Amino acid sequence: MSLTYVREQMVPAQPPPVSTAGVVGWMRKNLFATPFDTIMTIIGIAFLIWAVPPIYGFIAPNFLGGDAVAPGGTVEDCRAAGAGACWAYISARMSFFIYGFYPPAEYWRPNLVFFLGAVLIVPLLWPAAPFKRTNAVLFFVVYPVVCYYLLNGGVFGMRRVPTEQWGGLLVTLIISLVGIICSIPIGILLALGRQSKLPIIRTLSVMFIELWRAVPLITVLFMASIMLPLFMPQGTTVDKLLRALVGVTLFSSAYLAEVVRGGLQALPRGQYEAASSLGLSYWKSMAFIILPQALKHVIPGIVNSFIALFKDTSLVSIVGIFDLLNTVQAASSDINWSSPTQAVTGYLFAAFMFWIFCFAMSRYSIWMERRLDTGHKG
Amino acid sequence: MAVQGNTRDAPPRVAFYNDPVIRGIIYQLVVAALVIAFFAWIILNTAQNLAAQNKSTGFDFLFQTSGFGISFTLIPFDRSSYYWEAFLVGLLNTLLVAAIGIVFATVLGFIIGIARLSSNWLISRMATVYVEVVRNIPLLLQLFFWYFAVLKAMPAVRESLALPLGVFINQRGLYVPKPVPDAQFGWIYLAVALAIAASVAVSIWARRRLEATGQRFPVVLVNLGIFLVVVLLGFVLSGASVAFEMPELQRFNFRGGLELVPEFVALAFGLSIYTAAFIAENVRSGIQAVNRGQTEAAQSLGLREGDRLRLVIVPQAMRVIIPPLTSQYLNLTKNSSLGAAIGYPELVNVFMGTTLNQTGKAIEVIAITMAVYLTLSLSTSAFMNWYNARVALVER
Repeated sequence: MSLTYVREQMVPAQPPPVSTAGVVGWMRKNLFATPFDTIMTIIGIAFLIWAVPPIYGFIAPNFLGGDAVAPGGTVEDCRAAGAGACWAYISARMSFFIYGFYPPAEYWRPNLVFFLGAVLIVPLLWPAAPFKRTNAVLFFVVYPVVCYYLLNGGVFGMRRVPTEQWGGLLVTLIISLVGIICSIPIGILLALGRQSKLPIIRTLSVMFIELWRAVPLITVLFMASIMLPLFMPQGTTVDKLLRALVGVTLFSSAYLAEVVRGGLQALPRGQYEAASSLGLSYWKSMAFIILPQALKHVIPGIVNSFIALFKDTSLVSIVGIFDLLNTVQAASSDINWSSPTQAVTGYLFAAFMFWIFCFAMSRYSIWMERRLDTGHKG
Repeated sequence: MAVQGNTRDAPPRVAFYNDPVIRGIIYQLVVAALVIAFFAWIILNTAQNLAAQNKSTGFDFLFQTSGFGISFTLIPFDRSSYYWEAFLVGLLNTLLVAAIGIVFATVLGFIIGIARLSSNWLISRMATVYVEVVRNIPLLLQLFFWYFAVLKAMPAVRESLALPLGVFINQRGLYVPKPVPDAQFGWIYLAVALAIAASVAVSIWARRRLEATGQRFPVVLVNLGIFLVVVLLGFVLSGASVAFEMPELQRFNFRGGLELVPEFVALAFGLSIYTAAFIAENVRSGIQAVNRGQTEAAQSLGLREGDRLRLVIVPQAMRVIIPPLTSQYLNLTKNSSLGAAIGYPELVNVFMGTTLNQTGKAIEVIAITMAVYLTLSLSTSAFMNWYNARVALVER
């Protein structure tokens, strides 16, 4: 008797495996993997169908199938029943949103400031660009001085433009840039002070940092705008914009100090010991060994606190400075463009402007984080 | 070779100004002197300025009558109330909106954070869009949007929007049914207290038994049962009941029910939406921080899915989530001061706004306000330090 087994007829063909490739496979894996997933997907799609078309109809201009009034339209179009966002109003008041009350004949000055800033900041943020040190000095030291004289005027025959007339996006950018530029050195000093072995210096740094981090920015701005004039010798007047700048700088330097402290603490002790064993003094070891490494690690953190600062600048509208949000708020009572959607359109525009800046910065911070992650975390 | 002996016995001779200890003392003295001089200069200037403006200082203004009304108060307040009562109204309103905001932001934040990690592509994308949109727009702008563009654009009182469950919304605010407990309702509080005590006892007993014998006990189910039975018994035995007072449209306005002013609704809503985006990010990074190996180790121990989450993953994730979560709560409380911009009568609005303008006591008012926030913040960080010390990993 033979034990050999020989198959005598064909096995029936098995059904093909469930597709894991192509659109169907992708949907099966990512949208309909389990019954619960399927339910969630259906709810999600229903929500999108409910929410997206009305929003699209509101913001898209006529030629894209929406109800919004495109730039160039008239106020009558915006007042028509069923009209969407009034983009015509935004484009008509655009110069107010960007420059505030800055005299139109002098618009070339803020424009030059924007242009110089863009030219200087792009190579600074791009790691491969050369001349980093020159670039940084130009941006952090020379640029603010040039901007001040350019915007304020009074030199080289330029008309003087008092800060009360500055406004809009210009002021938002000025406050956030000055805030970050002034708060980086103060923040670094405070962080070093907090790590210091000298008790008086450490206590003072901790008190400063904790005080400003504990209170809301709005109280700091109130304090700056009400108490700063009281603190100054009699007869001195402090510019309103300068008061806000002082408040913002104090506030953000405390936050930045904590970011820098994170970088200092993340450095292995061996780096400090190596610096001492080379015989470097405290300031030299900080400047050449510790800070370059610590700051490199916290670049994403610094960018994140810059994002927070940029959003927080909108609070200066409460103490009466015409930043981007305040110009939008003020323009929303413009009689010439009054329509049911006027306010909403203004807020959408401001939200979009803020979002573009903040989103770009947060992408940059994530990108930098990946680049800087040289594997020290193990 | 003699040099060696020398250096070991006596420290090297250095000039006293190069001695690190003396140097440190000199540095500190210089800094302290500068700081003291700065404050002295400020105080001197302030005194001169105040004298020139004929202003007095002191906290006795707190016991003067305020002479203004507040639209939304938790305690009785009118024109004849004192300034310290105005302060209390503001503080309570701040705490109220912060508490409500914290509850909603936490729930929404956890849902969104978990949704961002969902394996469902659509759900995780929608959560990402929410976070990226909300996080990158200033809170003040969002509050303006909710208050001026949404709530102020609601229909007038006569055409109020009716929502389910007797809730109405119109330009003047949100009207919800108000629960009115009857006289017997005290018994229900007692029953709830009893049920809480019983379930705590059951939990402790179950944990002890689990640790001693390894036998498990369905704690959650039993506790739910205890609650249902005890509270139901309380209702049946005492005969207590809750009536709901429905808001009713009268000639000019709603009568009855609980009226929430639009400022409050916009602020609570805006704060919750905004903070939820940040909490979602904390939750996501907390869950992602738990190493994959932990899941695998729990599986290899034979733990069931639920136990794996409850005993291994969640405790480790919470260790990462809680500290930033606490600071988000603190941020929310501080951000509630933005209510001043839309007219919600919280601390900054009532005290730093109206009271300061009426009394002109800038220094005192600002000092009190900052002290309140400082106290809140320091007690939160004290809690955080205590928690961190409690849950810190015991390193080898």
